[in-house]
Amino acid sequence: MTDTKPKAVRRLGDIVFANLAFFAGVSILATLATVAAFLFAQSVPAFTGPPIDAASEGFFSYVLPFVFGTVYASVIGLAIATPLAVGIALYISHFANRRFAQILGYAVDLLAAIPSVVYGLWGILVLAPFLSPTFNWLNANLGWIPMFAGQVSATGRTMLTVGIVLAIMVLPIMAALIREIFLQTPRLHEEAALALGATRWEMIKMAVLPFGRPGIISAAMLGLGRALGETMAVAMVLSPAAVVSFAVLTSTNSNTIAANIALQFPEAGGNYTNLLIATGLVLFAITMVVNMIARWVISRRAEFSGAN
Amino acid sequence: MNNILKLGALAAASTLVLAGCAANEAVVETPTTSAAAGSTETVVEITGTLNGSGASSMAAGQEAWIAAFQIANPGVTVNYDPTGSGTGRAQFMEGATSFTGSDSYWKDEELLETFPSCEVGTMPWEFPIWISPIAVIFNLDGISSLNMDGATVAGIFAGEITMWNDSAIAAANPGVALPELQITAVHRSDESGTSKNFTDYLAKVAENVWTVGAIEAWPVEYGGEGAQGTSGVVSAVTGGNGTIGYADASRAGDLGTVAVKVGTDFVSYSAEAAAAVVDASPLAEGRESYDLAYKIDRNTTASGAYPIVLVSYLMGCNDYADDAQAELVRAWASFLVSEEGQNAAAASAGNAPISAGLRAKAQAIIDAIK
Repeated sequence: MTDTKPKAVRRLGDIVFANLAFFAGVSILATLATVAAFLFAQSVPAFTGPPIDAASEGFFSYVLPFVFGTVYASVIGLAIATPLAVGIALYISHFANRRFAQILGYAVDLLAAIPSVVYGLWGILVLAPFLSPTFNWLNANLGWIPMFAGQVSATGRTMLTVGIVLAIMVLPIMAALIREIFLQTPRLHEEAALALGATRWEMIKMAVLPFGRPGIISAAMLGLGRALGETMAVAMVLSPAAVVSFAVLTSTNSNTIAANIALQFPEAGGNYTNLLIATGLVLFAITMVVNMIARWVISRRAEFSGAN
Repeated sequence: MNNILKLGALAAASTLVLAGCAANEAVVETPTTSAAAGSTETVVEITGTLNGSGASSMAAGQEAWIAAFQIANPGVTVNYDPTGSGTGRAQFMEGATSFTGSDSYWKDEELLETFPSCEVGTMPWEFPIWISPIAVIFNLDGISSLNMDGATVAGIFAGEITMWNDSAIAAANPGVALPELQITAVHRSDESGTSKNFTDYLAKVAENVWTVGAIEAWPVEYGGEGAQGTSGVVSAVTGGNGTIGYADASRAGDLGTVAVKVGTDFVSYSAEAAAAVVDASPLAEGRESYDLAYKIDRNTTASGAYPIVLVSYLMGCNDYADDAQAELVRAWASFLVSEEGQNAAAASAGNAPISAGLRAKAQAIIDAIK
C-alpha cells in the first residue's frame, strides 16, 4: 500500500532554523532557571549561617522596609506615569498631525535610551533642588495628609522625587505600547461613533479607551516591572533609612530592594552577602507575581493581544 | 541569529581567556632570569602582572601609583580593582589577588584562616598606606569655619541638636552670627569606611551622646539624610541649606568645615594633622611585628593632631607561594611607601602622606617579604 499523503519535504534550512528557534526558546527558560537556582542556593547561608548584625531581628523584619519601599516607589511612579502615558499615546495616535506625531513618538522613545545613572544625576542635581520649594508648599498646605506630613527634606531627595524619576523612566515603554494599541482601534468603531454625532473626545471615550483598556493595564504592568527593578537612579537619588514610612517629603524614606543591594554589596562580606542575595530573591518573587498578573490581565482579553 | 551571536561571543571570550593565560605564563618565567642576569649593582628590571583589589577610598591614589610605577617599570602591569574593603580582603583570602587595600585592619578571626597566595603557614603583613582626613562639611551662607567639640558633632548627627543657633554651637563660636535654621545631617547611605571611622570618633569622644559605637549602617533612630558615596554626600550638602555632612577632606571644596576640639584647641583638618594622630596612636595588641594595625586614638590630646581620619592599610604575604609575585610586591610596596609615591598620591588625591617614622617601619616589613 502506497502512502497517499504527500510526504513533507524536510529541507536542511528548515531543520536548522527549527532547531535554532527551539534552542533560543529553551535557553530563555534555562537562563531563568539558573538565575532562580543561583538565588536560592546563595540565599541559604543567610538563614543557616551565623547571625548577621544588619538583620539582628530576623530576615523578614530586615527585608520588610525594602519590600515596602520597592512597591511604594513603583506605585507612585506608576500613578504619575499612567495618565501621562495615556495622554501622550492619545495625542500621538488621534490628535497630532502625522509628521509631528512621528517626531514626538521618536522623542518619547529616545527617553528610553538614557542610562539610569544619568537619570540619577539629573535627579540629584536638577530635579531635587527644583522640587524642594514645591515640597515645602505641599507640606505647609496639605501637611494634614499623612503622605505630605513630617519634616520636609532640605535637599529634596525624597520618595516623591524618586517616584517622579521612575515615572519618567517608565514613560517611554508605556507610551509606545499604549500608542500601538490605540492605533489598532477598529476604524469602524471610531467612524460609527463619529457618525452618531460624537465629538472627538466622546469617540475616544466610547471607542478607543474601552478597546485599549487591557493594553493600558498590561503596559502599566510592564512599567511596574521596570520600576520595581530600577537600581541606580533610586540608589543615587533617595535618602534611605530602614523604616516603613508613608511620608514622601521627608529625609527618612524606605529604600528599595535593588537600591539597597547596590548600596550595601560593595562593603558586604561573609553571609551578609547571602542576606542581600536573599532580598534579591524576594524582588525576583515580586517581579514574577507582577508579571503573572499582567499575563492574566492580557489573557482575559486574548482576542486583542498578539502575545498569546 | 541568537546563536550566531552567542558563538561569536564565545569565540571572542575564549580568545581573551587564552591571551590572558599567555601573559601570565610569561610573568612566571622572566623575573628569575633577569634577576639572575643582573648580578651587578644595576637596577634589576622586573616584569609581570600584579593584581590587587580592595578599598575604594584609595582608588584615586592607586591610579596615581599605578601610572607612576608602570612608567618606571614598563614591564610590569598592576591592576587594582576598587571592590570595597570587605570584598578585597575576601578576594585575597581566596588567593585571587596578591595585595589588598583595606579601610580596616585584619580582623582577629580572619587571621585564623589560611591564605592561599602565601606559603603554607605564613601570615600576611599590613601597614597604613593611606591616611585621609575626614572633614565635617557644612553649608551655611557666609560661614566658612565653625568650632565644635566632639559632643556637639555627635549631638548633631544623632539628631539631638537640631538648630544651627543651638547654645552648644554658639558657645564654641563667639562672634559668629548663627542663623535660626534647621540642621540637616547628611550621612552615607552605603556602607563605608568613612562612616565607620567617623562614627568611631563620635563613639570614642562622646559615648553618652553617640551610643551605638562605630557603625557602617546608619541607625534609623538618629534620622538625618542618606546619600550615596562621597560625591552623593558632597552634592547633598552643597545642594541643601543648613546641611552638614562628613566626607573625605580632599572633596570638601568650598564648603565650610568644622574644626574639632583636641585637648584645649580647635584643630582644622590638614595632611600633617592627620598623619600626626596616627603616630600618636597605639598598635593593636597581640599582633605580629609585621602587623602594624593602629588603634586610632580619637581622644588624643596631642597638639595639632586631627582625630577624624580614615586609615587604609596595604596588605600582602610575608612569604609568597609564588616567588615572582614576592619580587613584584616588594617593588610595588616600596614605591607606595616612598616619599615619591606618597607625594604622588597626595598630589592627585589630596590625602595625607604617611610620616617618616611610619615609612621606616613599613620599609622594614617590605624588605622582609620573601
